[in-house]
Amino acid sequence: MTRDSKINKRLVALFLLGCVLLNFPIISLFNLEILIFGLPLLYVYIFIIWCLIIGLTALATLFHSRERADDSGDTGGR
Amino acid sequence: MLLTGNILFFSFGYVGLLFVIAYYGDKRADAGRSIISNPYIYALSLAVYCTAWTFYGSVGLASRSGLSFLTIYLGPTLMVTLGWVVMRKIIRISKVHRITSIADFIASRYGKSPTLGGVVTIIAVAGVIPYIAVQIKAISGTFFLINQYPEISVTSTFADIPLLGDTAFYVALMLAVFAIFFGTRHLDAAERHEGLVAAIAFESIIKLVAFLAVGLFVTYGLYNGFADLFEKAHRFSDLKRALTIESSQQSNPFFEELLTINAGGFTYIDWGMHIFLSMMAILLLPRQFQVVVVENVNEEHLNKAIWLFPLYLLAINIFVLPVAFAGMMQFAAGSVDNDYFGLTLAMAAKQQFLTLFVCLGGVSAATGMVIVETIALSTMICNDLVMPVLLRLPIPAISRSSELTGLLLLIRRGSIILVLMLGYAYFHYLGGFYALVSIGLTSFAAVAQFAPALIGGIFWKGGTRSGAISGLIAGFVVLTYTIFLPSLVPIGLIHQDFVTGGPFGINLLKPYQLFGLQHFNPISHAAFWSMLVNVSVYITVSVLGRPRAIEHTQAALFVDVFKYSGETGDSLFRRGTVNLPDLRSLLSRFLGKTKADEALSGYAQKHNIDWDDQMTADADLVGHAEKLLTGAVGSASARIMVSSVVKEEPLGIEEVLNILDETRQVIAYSRELEKATAELKKANLRLKELDRLKDDFISTVTHELRTPLTAVKSLAEILYTNPNIDADRFENFTGIIIKESERLIRLVSQILDYEKIQSAKLDWVIASLDLKEVVKDAVISTQQLIHDKNIAIDMDLAENVPAVSGDRDRLIQVMVNLLSNAVKFCNTDRGMIVVRLRAVNDQLRVEVQDNGIGIKPEDQTRIFEPFLQIKNPTLGRPAGTGIGLTITKNIIDFHHGRIWVDSEPGKGTMFSFEIPANPEASGH
Repeated sequence: MTRDSKINKRLVALFLLGCVLLNFPIISLFNLEILIFGLPLLYVYIFIIWCLIIGLTALATLFHSRERADDSGDTGGR
Repeated sequence: MLLTGNILFFSFGYVGLLFVIAYYGDKRADAGRSIISNPYIYALSLAVYCTAWTFYGSVGLASRSGLSFLTIYLGPTLMVTLGWVVMRKIIRISKVHRITSIADFIASRYGKSPTLGGVVTIIAVAGVIPYIAVQIKAISGTFFLINQYPEISVTSTFADIPLLGDTAFYVALMLAVFAIFFGTRHLDAAERHEGLVAAIAFESIIKLVAFLAVGLFVTYGLYNGFADLFEKAHRFSDLKRALTIESSQQSNPFFEELLTINAGGFTYIDWGMHIFLSMMAILLLPRQFQVVVVENVNEEHLNKAIWLFPLYLLAINIFVLPVAFAGMMQFAAGSVDNDYFGLTLAMAAKQQFLTLFVCLGGVSAATGMVIVETIALSTMICNDLVMPVLLRLPIPAISRSSELTGLLLLIRRGSIILVLMLGYAYFHYLGGFYALVSIGLTSFAAVAQFAPALIGGIFWKGGTRSGAISGLIAGFVVLTYTIFLPSLVPIGLIHQDFVTGGPFGINLLKPYQLFGLQHFNPISHAAFWSMLVNVSVYITVSVLGRPRAIEHTQAALFVDVFKYSGETGDSLFRRGTVNLPDLRSLLSRFLGKTKADEALSGYAQKHNIDWDDQMTADADLVGHAEKLLTGAVGSASARIMVSSVVKEEPLGIEEVLNILDETRQVIAYSRELEKATAELKKANLRLKELDRLKDDFISTVTHELRTPLTAVKSLAEILYTNPNIDADRFENFTGIIIKESERLIRLVSQILDYEKIQSAKLDWVIASLDLKEVVKDAVISTQQLIHDKNIAIDMDLAENVPAVSGDRDRLIQVMVNLLSNAVKFCNTDRGMIVVRLRAVNDQLRVEVQDNGIGIKPEDQTRIFEPFLQIKNPTLGRPAGTGIGLTITKNIIDFHHGRIWVDSEPGKGTMFSFEIPANPEASGH
């Protein structure tokens, strides 16, 4: 259960981070009529944050499975 | 190539392919070799979320209000990061309770309430039918466009097309056939459809690849990449602006505006509300519940799916904006429907293959949604709307019928056709009035009404049935007022004044600006008010009301599912008995005879029951049967059915539980309490025993201390009062005083040792020792004692024994204890003590044997317990303090050794102990 509560905490934190980064007022900071590399700023910003969330979620679950594999290696199963 | 005949051929070919995949999936599932049991297929099946709305509607929305289309995908991305917390809990609960739809879930949580299940079903059907209509519209629009190839025209309204000449009608029929074939082939207790999921996953691949293909073609074929496309769009926009300065309201907004959130009157509030709605939708849409929860093979699949699914969403959205911009640049405003830019761009470029592929992608997106949604809805309609009513009506045909599986399948098939026909009718008569997106969002807002009841229900035990029902109804009423009623205005059913001036001219009640609320678009506005009312009513009614017993039980089972996994707790509130034949016939009515027999014999095997011996089913079996029925007909109906055969005991269990109502925790945790109580009882007994021993000990010790003290005191007094006592008597008296004082000291130090060992405060000095020397030293120090009683001692010590590591003083103490014990129980003059030392395997064994009075067998096991003194029948009172052997045992334990006793009353006693030779350096 401790492993589970650990990943739970990480993912909830990630959820809150995503909610903050993708909502007012943070998003208004990028809501400008600017092109970077020829692409609109807000468009680029949202996709970067999106990738970030996906990447971090994948990492969190990866760590979770690893830790669990280690666990069962040590104690012969949960 | 793209003649009507060919298109039809491809379309039917494609549907045929789906049939093959689904059929193969089912076959493999029957053979026990599932093709969908992996996280990748699971993630793809979740992508049934992406419908024609995604495939076509996003582009249209992007061209009208810019980036706001992304909210629909950002919400689910955020929500599935919570998948491990929320979704896994829902999945676990559903598996434990055999829940097969969202209506069933909510009904089951609030005490298996048929009313609640019905309300949820009605809201779901009302909310989702327009959404199904959208899909039919998309399929129909696709065929309409591609049929004109290479001409490109605006899709018109469909109300004037005769029914039998409308492709969409046949499409709807074909979808119904598919859904019936793979969704209701047979009655499955788990309501899982492997073949269907395989087909859905395949469609998810097709729609993604198709959209990426057209996106790549537009971005890199028609333009030179993203930067070039945005550059051209930028210039085009400036040009437009220059051209439209005179013309007042141009329909095409400017590109800069599209790239920011404020486009098309879309505010940050709307942005946030849309993200919230889509977060709810990913859990609460009936089809999402079906694929996420019901069709889930293994909880662990969530592990990968929670990032694979967002990745899918991201991929399918990358090219939405480029396609929208390209479409706006290529086609004059209003010349084509913006929703279909993807298709029309491919057609305009005369890319026949691409056009066909995009067409298939669009059809995939739409059909996948329709099929899963209708199956999910049909389960709900059957289990939570029709069956509870049918089972309560006194219809002789039903109550007499021996097998109802046919009826169940019939109801479900009927529901599928009904839902599809309603969807088609909605599309045919009303669909032309609205864009894909606004209808979809209305559905989102409708299903979001389930959120308080469902999410509140799995995390908050206090939610009650009345709270859930009132919250749902209140929320839905508000939603109806703020979004459904105004949507009837364009059709002409309600007068325009209702929206612009409010009902009866009351401005405060304007449906789009309720109580004067500004800065919300209609959907956000409706979502805000309905959720506010829903949540408030749910909480208020729950807090004020008093839940029934079954609601308590279900609440505890749902909220603490990870604690109670594996038990349903049905046995907690069912105490009535059931005749086994009654139960058997009930099961076979709903599951079919073969399945019922299989289920019962499986249960018998698992619990080692012989049916021939039993005529009644116990509570556990009744609970099991109810679960089986829940899979087939839903929790509410299952409860009605089981109740009909249960003979409740005279005092209804409901009443009993109502009495216990206040202590619901006790009901739920009774098992743990029982365990804890048993442990407490044991501990209490042990404490009492220890207490008694301690009392004995204190009386013994005080006695032991007082005897020598009295002797010392009286002798000292004699010496004090008679200073002229003769030398012999003086020597004699002082000798006794010294001996008695030594005995006192020994006693006190034993008590101190014992206390130290018990509280682990003893300092141990560990060194390598020769045990032979230890034994010899101990014998020397007890020489006087042995000599006094004229006892013979024989030492039989092996030469060259290995060393041990240990505390020298403590080991001497052990030997002295054993020797003085032996002396104590030996007869004067005839006594004989043998001390032996041997190496046995890796151990050194020391034996101290005497020919004393011996120990009774029943006392032999207890002599090492603290404060135990063997009552000596001849002496009347015990000799010694009763802790010497306890200390001895503690010291031996510390040296990783063991000590035991062999004795025969009247013949003698032998104490033996072993300690390991040269054990590894001790870490103490």
